[in-house]
Amino acid sequence: MLGYADKMKEVSRRLLKECKVEVLIGFRQGSMPMMNEPCFVKSDADVDQLVWDSNCGINLSNYLTNRQEEKIGIFAKGCDSRNIVTHILENKIKREQLVIIGVPCQGMLDRRKINALIDGEITAVTEDEKGVRVQGTDFDQTFAKDELLQDNCRICHHPNPVIHDEMLAEPVAETPDVDRYADVRAIEEMTPAEKKQHFDDLLAPCIRCYACRNACPLCYCPTCFVDESKPQWVGKGQEMVNIRTFHFLRAYHCAGRCTDCGACERACPVGISMRQFTKKLEKDAKELFDWEAGMSLDIRPALDTYQPGDPDEFIK
Amino acid sequence: MKVVKIEKNRWEAGLDALRAAYRLFGPVKAKEGHEPKELDQGEIPDYNMLNTRLSPKAIAFPQSEDILEFSLDPNVEDHHIMKEVAGDLTPRAVIGMRPCDARAMALLDLNFDTAEYKDPYWIKAYEATTFVGLACDSPYTTCFCTTAGCGPYHEQGLDVLLTDNGDHYLGKALTDKGQALLDSAGWNDAGDGESVFADKKAAAEAKIVSAIETDKLRDADTLALHGAPFWEDVSFACINCGTCTFLCPTCWCFDLQDEVRGKSGKRLKNWDSCMFPLFTLHTTGHNPRGTKLQRVRQRFMHKLKYFVDKYDTGTMCVGCGRCVRQCPVNIDIRKVCDLLNSHAAVDSCVAEG
Repeated sequence: MLGYADKMKEVSRRLLKECKVEVLIGFRQGSMPMMNEPCFVKSDADVDQLVWDSNCGINLSNYLTNRQEEKIGIFAKGCDSRNIVTHILENKIKREQLVIIGVPCQGMLDRRKINALIDGEITAVTEDEKGVRVQGTDFDQTFAKDELLQDNCRICHHPNPVIHDEMLAEPVAETPDVDRYADVRAIEEMTPAEKKQHFDDLLAPCIRCYACRNACPLCYCPTCFVDESKPQWVGKGQEMVNIRTFHFLRAYHCAGRCTDCGACERACPVGISMRQFTKKLEKDAKELFDWEAGMSLDIRPALDTYQPGDPDEFIK
Repeated sequence: MKVVKIEKNRWEAGLDALRAAYRLFGPVKAKEGHEPKELDQGEIPDYNMLNTRLSPKAIAFPQSEDILEFSLDPNVEDHHIMKEVAGDLTPRAVIGMRPCDARAMALLDLNFDTAEYKDPYWIKAYEATTFVGLACDSPYTTCFCTTAGCGPYHEQGLDVLLTDNGDHYLGKALTDKGQALLDSAGWNDAGDGESVFADKKAAAEAKIVSAIETDKLRDADTLALHGAPFWEDVSFACINCGTCTFLCPTCWCFDLQDEVRGKSGKRLKNWDSCMFPLFTLHTTGHNPRGTKLQRVRQRFMHKLKYFVDKYDTGTMCVGCGRCVRQCPVNIDIRKVCDLLNSHAAVDSCVAEG
C-alpha cells in the first residue's frame, strides 16, 4: 500500500480534468494514529488531501447509497468492490455513474488490537518495509504487519478488486486456501446453552449506538426495523433480548450479501465481534448455495433467485 | 478546606468502611479498556488507566431507566395508573472520576435542574451521589480540557479531589458532602498538601497538548454559523451512529418509551441521540432534520453555540476527547470548533449574500 499515493493523485487529477467524474470518494489524513477520514474531492486543488495507507478500513461503498445522477470516482479495496457490485445488483447505485479505482489491498490495521497492546496511549503508528512501528507511552516496538491486521483481513480471500475501471497497482497475491471459518465451527459445536451464554457475553457491552449497522454498506433500509415505531418490533431498553434481537436480525438481513469487510467491528466503540454472526451466515451461503457475495454483476444473488440445484431437504 | 493524607495501605480499609454508608462506583478493567461500574463487595477501583471509555454520566443518568410502572389488569388495584418506580436512592459515591467528567455532570445538572423544569430522576440520583475526583496526571494527547473551561485538577462538580502522590493520595474536601465521606472512610490524617496540589496541577496542565479556540463563539452570528459553507465537508464522513453522543459526558438527550409485556408495563427513560433520524421524526412522517448534514450541524451547534448563548458558561464540551478517540470515521470536534470560531467574524447577511 506504500507508494499508492502518487498514482492515486495522478488518476484523480486526470479523471477530474477529463470530466469523467464530478466527485471522488476517498480518504484524507486523520487527526489520530490509525484513523483516516472518508472525504469527497471535487476539484484539482483538493486532490492533495487524498491518502491511502493501512488505515482505510471503512468501506467506502457505504457512501454511494442512493447518490443520484452524478458521476462518482471511488477508491475500492477488494471488499469495497464486492459491496459496490452488491449495491449495483440491489439498485442502490448505477454502474454507469461509477468510475471504480481499484486498490489491491494488503490488509488494514486493527486499531483495537493495537490500542490493547499497552495500558497507556498509542501515540504513533508508522509503516515501512520492515513492518509496523507502534509507539506509545513508554513503548516502541516494530511488528510484522500480519500480526496487527484486522481479523477479517487475516482471512481475506479477495484482496483485489473484482470490478474496476482503473487500477492503482498490480494485483496482490491471493490466499484462497486460508481457513475462514475456524471460529464459526467452534461455536457450531457448542450446546444450545453454551451458545446462548457465548452470545450474551459477546453482546453484553453493546450500547445500541448502531455504529455497526451504520458503517455497514448493506444496511441502507430507509427505516431499520429497530427504528420502526408503528408497530414497534423491538424494545428500546437495554434488556438482552432486545440487544440480541437487533444483532441477530441484522445479521440475517446480511445473509448472502456480507463480504466480511469488517466495517461493523471496526466501527464498534465497545469492541464487539459481531462478525461471528455474519460469518456463520456467509458460511451457510457458501455451503448451501456455493455463493460468495459481490463477485459478479452477471449472477443474481443466491437468496434473490431460485436454481434447480438449490438444497430442499428442509421441505418435508 | 483542609488536605488529608491517605496512605495507600489504608485505601482498601477506607473503602470498606465507606461501603457501610455508600454504594460505591469507580473505574474497573473491562475486556477492553476501563468502564465506570458499581463496585462489588471487596472490589477496588482500578486507576491504571487514562480515563474510562464510557463516561460516568450513567451513574445518575442511566442508559435505560425504569421510571414509571403500571398494570393493565382490571383485577389489580390502581390498574392503569402510572406509579413511580421505587429506585435505590441510598447514598452512593463515585470513587476516582476524572475532573472533566465531574464538570460534565455539573453541566448536565444545568439542564436537568432548572427553574422551569426539574427532572426528578436525575435530581434525586445526583443529590444522592458524592463525587470523588482523581486528578488527571497523564492525559491523552487528544484531551483538550484546559481550553474547554476545565482542567486536570478542575474542582467544579466534585465533592473531594484526590491526587496520587506515590505511596499515598492527598485528598481535598471541597464540600460538606465531601468532608462527610472522608470522615466516614476514616481518612483524616492532616497532610500539608496545598503546595503539592498546586505544583502537580501546573505539571498536569502542561501535559495537555491539544487545544480548541472558543473566544469568538459567544458573539458570533448564529445564522452565519448555521449557514457556513463547511458543513457538507464536516458531515460527509458521518455515518449517524450514536457513538459520539452516547460516549459524551455532556450529552443529555433522552427518549421516553412505554413497553408492555402481558398485562404489566413500564415507562423507560432511554438515552437518545440527535444523530438518529428517529430523534426528530414527527408523527406526520415529516422530519425537520431529515438529512445527515442537518443532524451533524445540530450536534455541533448545540454544543458550541446554542448552549453558549443559553447559559453563558462556555461550551457544552469539557474536552475529554472521547468522541475524538472513538468516532469510527474520525470526525474531530476540535477541528469543527476551530472552523466555527474562525468563521465567527462573518455575519449572516454576508453569509447569505
